[in-house]
Order: sequence, then structure tokens, then C-alpha cells
Amino acid sequence: MEKVVKVISSAVPLANEDIDTDQIIPARFLKATSREGFGDNLFRDWRYNNDNSKKDFVLNDSTYAGSILVAGKNFGCGSSREHAAWALYDYGFRVVVSSFFADIFKGNALNNGLLPVQVSEEYLQGLLAAVKADPSTEVQVDLESQEIEFNGKKATFEVNPYKKVCLINGYDDIDYLVSIKEEITAFEASAITI
Amino acid sequence: MAKTLFDKVWDAHVVKQIEGGIDVLYIDRHLIHEVTSPQAFAELEARGLELFRRDKIVATPDHNIPTENQHLPIKDALSRLQVDKLLENCAKHKVELYGLGHPFQGIVHVIGPELGITLPGRTMVCGDSHTSTHGAFGAIAFGIGTSQVAQVMASQCLLQSRPKTMRITVDGELNKGVSAKDIILYIISQLTAAGGTGYFVEYAGSAIKSLSMEARMTICNMSIEMGARGGMIAPDQTTFDYIKGREFAPKGEAFEKAVAYWETLHTDADATFDLEYNFPAADIEPMITYGTNPGMGIKIKGTIPETLGLASQDSYHKALNYMGFKPGESLLGKEISHVFIGSCTNSRIEDLRVVANYVKGKQRAAHVQAMIVPGSKQVEKQAIAEGLDLILKEAGFELREPGCSACLGMNEDKVPAGAYCVSTSNRNFEGRQGPGARTLLASPLVAAITAVQGKIVDITEFLN
Repeated sequence: MEKVVKVISSAVPLANEDIDTDQIIPARFLKATSREGFGDNLFRDWRYNNDNSKKDFVLNDSTYAGSILVAGKNFGCGSSREHAAWALYDYGFRVVVSSFFADIFKGNALNNGLLPVQVSEEYLQGLLAAVKADPSTEVQVDLESQEIEFNGKKATFEVNPYKKVCLINGYDDIDYLVSIKEEITAFEASAITI
Repeated sequence: MAKTLFDKVWDAHVVKQIEGGIDVLYIDRHLIHEVTSPQAFAELEARGLELFRRDKIVATPDHNIPTENQHLPIKDALSRLQVDKLLENCAKHKVELYGLGHPFQGIVHVIGPELGITLPGRTMVCGDSHTSTHGAFGAIAFGIGTSQVAQVMASQCLLQSRPKTMRITVDGELNKGVSAKDIILYIISQLTAAGGTGYFVEYAGSAIKSLSMEARMTICNMSIEMGARGGMIAPDQTTFDYIKGREFAPKGEAFEKAVAYWETLHTDADATFDLEYNFPAADIEPMITYGTNPGMGIKIKGTIPETLGLASQDSYHKALNYMGFKPGESLLGKEISHVFIGSCTNSRIEDLRVVANYVKGKQRAAHVQAMIVPGSKQVEKQAIAEGLDLILKEAGFELREPGCSACLGMNEDKVPAGAYCVSTSNRNFEGRQGPGARTLLASPLVAAITAVQGKIVDITEFLN
């Protein structure tokens, strides 16, 4: 996993609430057997018509760019498909800011170096308004200090201390789990086996 | 200390706790399918790792398979490649696989319980959010991402923060025409699509206790639709009777020993939950959804609300525009062109029986395309043994072969853009059943009556 420390970028506003992972990457694009290339179909049905012509959608609007996506509450609900996190990352996003994240998406994002930054609804609305008013608004996200800032407005965000260490150093859970196989084997010997 | 059902099962699986309050949680059974496993196998191979406990994994293709002519090679090249990859990976790593045509093949969440793989007190995961289904047995079961699929393959464990606990109690007798699907759609409409996020839910109360195992699975299945990682129901005699004699369930003395343990798996009288809800069964009526998330549900006789809780009006109107509905409107009389009966929520034999029982001697409306997809080869076999296949065919339903089908529109079973589909599946998201498709979630009974009437009706007028 790539390390995540600090992201300074303009942002892309997507105010819709309850954005589910079927919107982020529709099921018909999950037929690949590798992790790469999902960015092309990120928000496929919001970006393109059936004839592949472009729709009026924020990712098609050259006014907005950057590696930070700012989205409405309950982002990433629905399917557990990790392809949603892969698609956002592959497209170029490194941070998603929202006032609420669905559990499985949040876990998948953290396992792929995509940082979910949860802020208050008020802060989120302020950020969305600022980005819409001035698309060049610079947003700073610092994982070390767990702070987000735009136009001098700061907020802190939560991140599990273990996951923070993983993100900053680029560690994966799998490295740790494999390193404690002996303890797992010992647990198996003592566990209830039905 | 008094414990909840969830606490008892979770605590029995904690290998150790690490920094940040994260538990190393041991996983008893891992179900895999073709869509979310190839990248996990690839990751193991890239890291030079072997499967840690291959005998705890069961594989089946379900999401990306056709529901016609399963004995022939899959036509769609990408789908064929993905299914072949599962076969190849399972052969290479010696994983138990129920491929197309195998008598045990089916939707992962249908075959786990019917084969006796799902048992009370177990921890189970799958790269699929509807893994919550298995909680109906008093198991801790939840969906995971592909990185976690690789972690479980490599270590049989996951790093997990302990979720908060919620209990939802439904007491009383169910109204006429109300099924498990209506109960869960009602609960989600009350709690919203995010109301359970961060929680593991226990469903309790006399109305829940009165349900069959298949009905309990329907309830737990949709826990994720309110954001909850999983749902559980305490095992009881109904559970034990269902499990007894199943293919991989404990037999003889081992079964008796297991039951003695399973009987301890209930929430202690003085245990507390982080959050509790109580719903009288009398308040629940046949339900249907009108919007683009499962929290947007109403009584079938009701009207679409003017606003939706704390949801922004922009998001709410966007959802209604997609569906072609207006605030304050009733759905009664709306013409429906498609009916889909299937998915891990409602594709079991009891669901097929409900549909066949209603449509027997009737005909689907001429303009309705009605598809019914059994959840597994075993369900299909049982339906044929009971003659349900003939009843359904005579009523003009297309009976397909097992798979996830039009629930997620990954194969060719799709609903056309703009068309309305009353579906027994679990998600009414935009484009879920095909680009532009408009999904209305409902019970198998509502779906059957809709197929015959060709429009949304007050189903209670059609019941004896």
C-alpha cells in the first residue's frame, strides 16, 4: 500500500447523500480479475449516457479537479465491493471528505490508502459551498495531526491509531496477521470447535 | 458479567487485542465467489503466501453467471473468464468448490445454511455485504472487502474494531399478508439507510421468534441496508430443527453436544445494548419502496412522504425524479412491467411456495415479464419435486436456473431503462437492475400479486 501523510489539493464537490457503491462502480464493471483500471468506470452511469456521450456531471466539468472528493453523508453505503475504493483511487482521489461513511466502504478505503475524512455536517456544507464558490479553494488534509483545513477553517477528524500507523507507513493488515500465525494456531487449539 | 448474544460469540473468537482497541477476530467459515476473490488469490500469490486453512473455505459462482443454459459454456467472454478464474484458483489451492451444474451450487447465502455450513456461534465472512444473512442462526456473519478476503485466506483472521450493539424487538402477532420482508422493510424505513451504521443488530421479540429459519434469514439479510454490519437472532428449537440432518451439520452425539452449547447463545436477561428499538407487530403492513435506497419504503397503501427525515431536499427530489414519482403520491394503480423474484433475500423454497400458491390457476398480466430465479440447485430441485415449476410456468413465469441474476444486473438478466420492476431483492439503488431501471422492493407475495394484476394494488384485498 502507498503511504498517506498529507494531501493538499483543490477538491471535487458531490453533494448527493447516500451515494452507494453501485453508483461509484456499477456491478457490470466488476468482471475484471485484477485491481487496475476501474477509474475509467468510476460513477459510470452519472458520467456517461448509454451511447457513451457525457452527462452533465461534476467529473465532466473541467471547473473542478483535484485529489479530494467532497461528498454528502452516508458515502459508500451498499455493496461491499472493494472495487469502489479501487475506482476512486485509480481515478486519482486520495481523500474522501463526508459527514458520514458506511462501515465496509471505510474499511476498504483504509486498506487501499484512500483516506476517509469524517467531518461535521456543518463543516461539510461549508466546504461544499467554498469549493462551489471558488473551485481553486485549497484543501489541506494532514493525517499526522488529523486535521483538515480550507480558507483558514480547521477541523479535526478521527482515525483509528492502528490504522493511522498503517497508512503513514504503508503497512497492510495482512503483514501483521501473517506474523502472528503461531498465536492463531495456539488459539485454534483452545477454541470452541463446532 | 451479563452478555448479549453478540458478545458471547465475538468474545469466543478474539485471538488477542492490539493497539487502538482492535481485535484479532478468528473466522470459522469463509465463503467465496467469483467476483470478489480473484484479486485476493492474486495478492496471496504476489506475496508468496499459502492458504492458511483451506478446509474452512467454500466456493461457488453466483454473481456473474447466466441463469439459462448453465450446462453450456458462458457466452459473455469476461464473465466466462472470471468464473474460470475461480475454478482455476480453487483447483490450484485445493478449495472446496460447487461449480455450475453441481447439486450444491447456488447463491452463497442460500447454500451456506442449506448445507449446514452456517451454524450458531460461528463467525463467518464473505466478500459480499449480504453475508449478514447467516446471522439468522446466531452466527456473527458480515461482509468484507477483497483485501480482507486475502487476509482471511492468509491467516483465518481479521483485524476488527468491536461494533456497538443494537436490539430491535418486534412483539405481537403479524397482520394478514405481512411477511419477514415487510418486517425488515418497515424497520429500515423507520431507522433509515444509515441508522444501523456502526452497530451489530440483534432481532428479538415474539414476532421474530414465530418466524421460520428462511424468514429469519430474510430479516438478517437486509441488516446491511440500514448500514449495520450484521444482524443476529438467538438460536432456538426452530434453528436446531432446521440444522439437523443437513449435509455438513454435526451428526449424532456431536449434534447433541452442539445443541447444548447453542442453547447458551442468547442475550442474558440483564445484558444491555448501546441502542434499543421496539416495534409493535400490529404497526407493520405490507410494504413497498418508492425511492433509491431501501430506507425509502412505505406501506403499500400509504403515500410518498413530502420530506424524508434529515435527508436534504435535493437528494430526496433527485431520488424521486429518478423513480418518476412525486411527493404525496400513492403508488396504488401504478403499472408495472417487470417482476423479479429471487436474490439472497427471497429465493428460498418457502418464497417459491408463496408465489406458486398465489399464482396457481392464474395468469401474469399480459404486459408483465415475470422472472423467478431459485437461490440454489437444491431449491430448484425441491421446487420441481413439489410441482411448483409447472404451476409457475402455467402462470406465465419464467423459471430460471440459480444465481444472483437481476438483483444486481451483472449478467444479462437486466431491467430496461425507465421500466418499473417489483423485485424481491434487497437494493433499489439507481441502475442496480440495469442502467436506468426503476426498482420497487417488496415481498414475494406482493411481487406475485403485482405480476398477476400488472399494477401495484392493496394486496390485502386479494387475500382469502
